[in-house]
Parts: sequence; C-alpha cells; structure tokens
Amino acid sequence: MEITRRHLLLLLPSAAVAWKYVLAGTPESAPNYKLTEHWWGMLIDIPKCIGCGSCVRACAQENEVPDGYFRTWVERYHVADWKIEKPEVESPDGGKQGFPPNEESGGKNFFVPKLCNHCADSPCTQVCPVGATFVTPDGVVLVDKKYCLGCRYCVQACPYGCRFINPKTNTAEKCTLCYHRITKGLTTACCEVCPTGARQLADLKNPKDPIHEFLRTHTVQVLKPHMATGAKVFYNGMDGSVR
Amino acid sequence: MTIPVEGFMYPNEVELQWSVLIVLYPFITGLVAGAFILASLERVFRVQAVKPTYRLALLTALSFLLVAPLPLQLHLGHPERSFEMYLTPHRSSAMAMFGFVYLWYLMAVLLLEIWLDYRRDIVLKSQSATGLVRFVYRVLTLGSDNISERSLWIDERLGYFITLVGIPSAFLLHGYVGFIFGSVKANPWWSSPLMPIVFIFSAMVSGIAAVMLLYMISTRLRRRAIDIRCLDKIAQYLLYTFVIDFSLEMLDLLQRIYEADESFRSLDFMVHTRLWKSQVIVQILLGTVTPIALLGLTQILKLTDAARKRIYALAGSLTVIGIFAMRWNVVIGGQLFSKSFLGYTTYKMSFATREGLLTAIVLMILPFLILWVLVKLLPPWPDADSLSVSSATPAHGTS
Repeated sequence: MEITRRHLLLLLPSAAVAWKYVLAGTPESAPNYKLTEHWWGMLIDIPKCIGCGSCVRACAQENEVPDGYFRTWVERYHVADWKIEKPEVESPDGGKQGFPPNEESGGKNFFVPKLCNHCADSPCTQVCPVGATFVTPDGVVLVDKKYCLGCRYCVQACPYGCRFINPKTNTAEKCTLCYHRITKGLTTACCEVCPTGARQLADLKNPKDPIHEFLRTHTVQVLKPHMATGAKVFYNGMDGSVR
Repeated sequence: MTIPVEGFMYPNEVELQWSVLIVLYPFITGLVAGAFILASLERVFRVQAVKPTYRLALLTALSFLLVAPLPLQLHLGHPERSFEMYLTPHRSSAMAMFGFVYLWYLMAVLLLEIWLDYRRDIVLKSQSATGLVRFVYRVLTLGSDNISERSLWIDERLGYFITLVGIPSAFLLHGYVGFIFGSVKANPWWSSPLMPIVFIFSAMVSGIAAVMLLYMISTRLRRRAIDIRCLDKIAQYLLYTFVIDFSLEMLDLLQRIYEADESFRSLDFMVHTRLWKSQVIVQILLGTVTPIALLGLTQILKLTDAARKRIYALAGSLTVIGIFAMRWNVVIGGQLFSKSFLGYTTYKMSFATREGLLTAIVLMILPFLILWVLVKLLPPWPDADSLSVSSATPAHGTS
C-alpha cells in the first residue's frame, strides 16, 4: 500500500500515543546502579492478600515459567479453632487461577504467598557443587543456568520448596526477584500486579525505603526461622500455623 | 502423568528429584567400601582364614567402583558439565568433593594395591603368553618387569602401607556419601550426625555379604570345595558388623521417637504407610533381623557344614537385599513427604527411560560383567589353577 501525505498525517498521532505507552513500559535507565548499595528482600502483608493469583500469573508470564512449576505460588490456609499444628492447606495449580469458594466453616482462613526467601545464608548456595548458584552482592540468590549441572542437590537443600528443575533447560530454577527489572529501577512483576499491595519489594540498604518504618511498627516474621537461613522475605500478620 | 498426592505438598515438591539411580549410588559405593574392608582384614589384621577371598574382594571393589559414577552421570541434567566439579569445585558443597574422593580411592588405593599384588603374576604372564594376550599383560606391567625377591618384598611392604591408607579411605568414601545426605538440614529424614556412621557400617555389612556370596558362587562354578573355615570367619565378621549397624539404626530411631519433634508425626505416618513394605518388612524384618538371627544361630548351634553353607547363602542374600532396601528408604523415603509436614507424594518409577528401572538393572549387571573380565585377566583364586605361573610364591598373594 502506498502511503500518502494524508495517510501519514493520520498515522502520526496514533504512533505518538503508542510510543508513549512503549516508553511507560521501558525501565528507567539505571547506568549508575551499584550492586553494593542495595540489599533486596520482600515484604508480604498477609492480611492484604486476597488470593487472586495475579502474582503467580504475572511471574509465569514475565519469566516464562513452565506449566506445573512455580517461582511463586499462593497457599490458602484453614485453621480450625486451636488446631494450629494441623492446618488445612491447599494451593491448586499454585493458586494461579485463584481459589474456589471456601467451603470450610469456622476457624480462620487466609492466604500466604510464597517465593524464594533470598536467604543471606542460603542452604542452596552452600550445597551447589560448582557454585552455579550464588548470592549477588545486592542480596539476590541466582542460578547461572549455563553452569548448573542439574544435580538437584539445591532443590533438596531448600527448606521452602522454592526450586525446581526446568524441563526445557534441565537446570535449577527459582525466583530471581525479577533481577532484570529491579536492577533497572523497576519493581518485580508480582509486586507490580498485586492489586492490594500485599507484596512489596524492599531495599533493606536504602534508608528511605518504607520497609524500615514498617518493620519497626509491625510484628513481622520469616518462614521457618529455626532453619537460620537469613531469609529476607518478611511476613506481616503471619499465623503460627504457617509452614 | 499425574502424580498421586496425599495432603498438601509445596507445588514444586510433587515430582521426586532423586530417582532409583541415586539409590544405586550409595548402594554401589557401599559394596566397594565393604569389600575393601574385608580384603584389609587379611592384609592388615592378618586374619588368615579369610585369605581365599582377599583378591576376589579387591576385584569386586574395583568392578563396582568403576560403575559408581555412572548412575550420577546419567542422572545429571547436564552430564557434559560434570567435569566442572574438578575444575571449579565449590568448597562449601558436600557434593563437590565426590570427584576427588572417588579419584583418590580409585587411583591411590584400589588400582595401586591390585597392581602391586598382581605384579608378579602379570610379569610372568607377559613372558609366557602369546599374541594379543601377551600385549595386554605387557601393558599391565607398566614397564616394570623386575620380579626379584627384593622387588617383590618392596611390593609387599608398599601394598601393606596402601592398605593401611585404604582403610580410612574406604571409611571416607562411604562416610562421605552418608554426609551428603546427613548434612541436608532441610530434610529431617536425612539430617542426622549418625548418617555417615550408619552408612559406613551398612557398607561394611553389604560388602562383606556380597563378597561372601561371590566367593560361594564362584567356587561352586569352578567346581572346587568351599573353604568352610573361611566362610565361618566371614560370617562371624558379618554378624558382628551387622549387630553394630543395626544398633546404630535403632539408636537413631529411638532418638527420633523419644524426641518426637515437629517432623515426627509426618515421618511416622510415612513409615506406617508408604514405606511399610520397603522399610519395616523388607529392610528391618527380612533384611536385618532375619539374617542376624540366622547368623546368630550358626554361632550358637552345632550345625553341619552343609547346613551352615545354606544358612550363610540365605543370610548373605537377605543382607544384600536389606541394605538395598535401606538405601531405597533413605533416598526415596526422604522425598516422599512434604517439607511442610502436611502431605505425601508418590514415586513413579519409569521403565525404559534414562533414569528408569531398565537403566538401573543394566547398571547393576555391569559390575558383574567387569568382574568377569577382571577375573579372567587377573585370576583371584588362591589355588591359582587358572594361572600357569604359580610355581613360585611371593611373600604375599597367590599362595
């Protein structure tokens, strides 16, 4: 089709609008990102989570997570009265499509989003026989898939069940805290789409990050503290029944 | 393929990570370590009664050791990168040292000891054989054809020293395998300081039983009389080691039951359901209590030689099956429950796949084929009828 001057005049405003949206999705340039100036973690505000599964879907899309495997997932807990040691937990398809209506009556129900805890003393990093799994200077546990042997020792060593073997690459995989995004000034995919703000990326080295105020004023826990892994995903309002 | 799940598993836990091939890994290395310890009984501790099995034990250890890395290699997602463990080992990893421990044991202990022990035979054979066989033996001499009395004496002393080093090395090899499991703090089924020690003793049990059976089978195949004195002694050592092994395992169990920590209810349920047959029936009742009782009977009652031989054969077979079940229960059992302690998954073993049953069967047949070749090449029989060069006897070896 031949583009005439008339066509061009019609196309230009549309292109300008489209370009604006392209720019909105482009990470702000961060040429001065210094690894040592950050120490990443995450805050999960359990009372705010509605179990919609948006985070699971966004993560799967952003990171091309294969079906049936999860870098993040959501669990629904039902705790009957005082039976704190015997919660009923479910996570159908990792909560990716949300949850069916709750049929349990009595007791309490709540959702718990899970992801890699980016432990400072991570057992998965410790056991990797070739050092393909490592902690970055800004506190994110990553896997070098060009170096990973696929021995699965790290999957066994993770106390939280956060790792899996990607059937396409045959290497260990897990949440990267959207490292490709956070190093460019963006937040993670899961935090970005969370409709209630139940998930918030936290820079523990940045004194201006609201995480510090939150940690000071709330009762916060990490998962399985007895494992002494230096977990950096903090849970607000977490019930003692959560595993 | 849908994997049946009971209760709640973390979503990534449903699929088992370590398959039957990883069950073979500790089983095979255990046989290696155990067979070597049996050989050292004669060499270092001068238990003359077990001499007929000395060389057979060494060749058995070598046959299994050569196969030991194969299940690991086949299991890796990227086997072509396994050499990285030698080039850039991650020092904090319990697994990273495997290659070094393996190489040390293979090169510095087993191969060297076998070569020194057989050197005289190899040299004589390289002189008497013809054609291709002669060439093979000439290669095996490694250019050293001095078999003077002085030279053989040096072989003997060096061999003794290597066996001395070999004993802690055998402990290291299998204790280390135990540590790979015992050091995983995320898994309460594995995490135990007793794990390396239990692995060492169970290795000795399986190795001694395997060599005892191989000795009985090979002697029968060669239509020779079984040295019952030798068999009695091996069975005695098997019994003692087994009692220690069983005591350690029961100590671990007792501790778990009495402590009853957060994982106990979950693990207890697993033992009473998914592991009932493989652990309680096969491992404990058939594979441990029964052989201990049978071997105990031979110590108490005055039985005929024929009866004792049958009992030893039965006890030995049950022992090997029991130790295999123990490896199975450790490796597979440790992955059947959720780390949330709220659910259980199922192990579905495939057949003709890279990590399937067929591969496992081939890997278990392979050491016997290697042993067959080794036995042809380096006959281990004390009567040395297969060798035409047994006229002179060195200070130690084919007497």
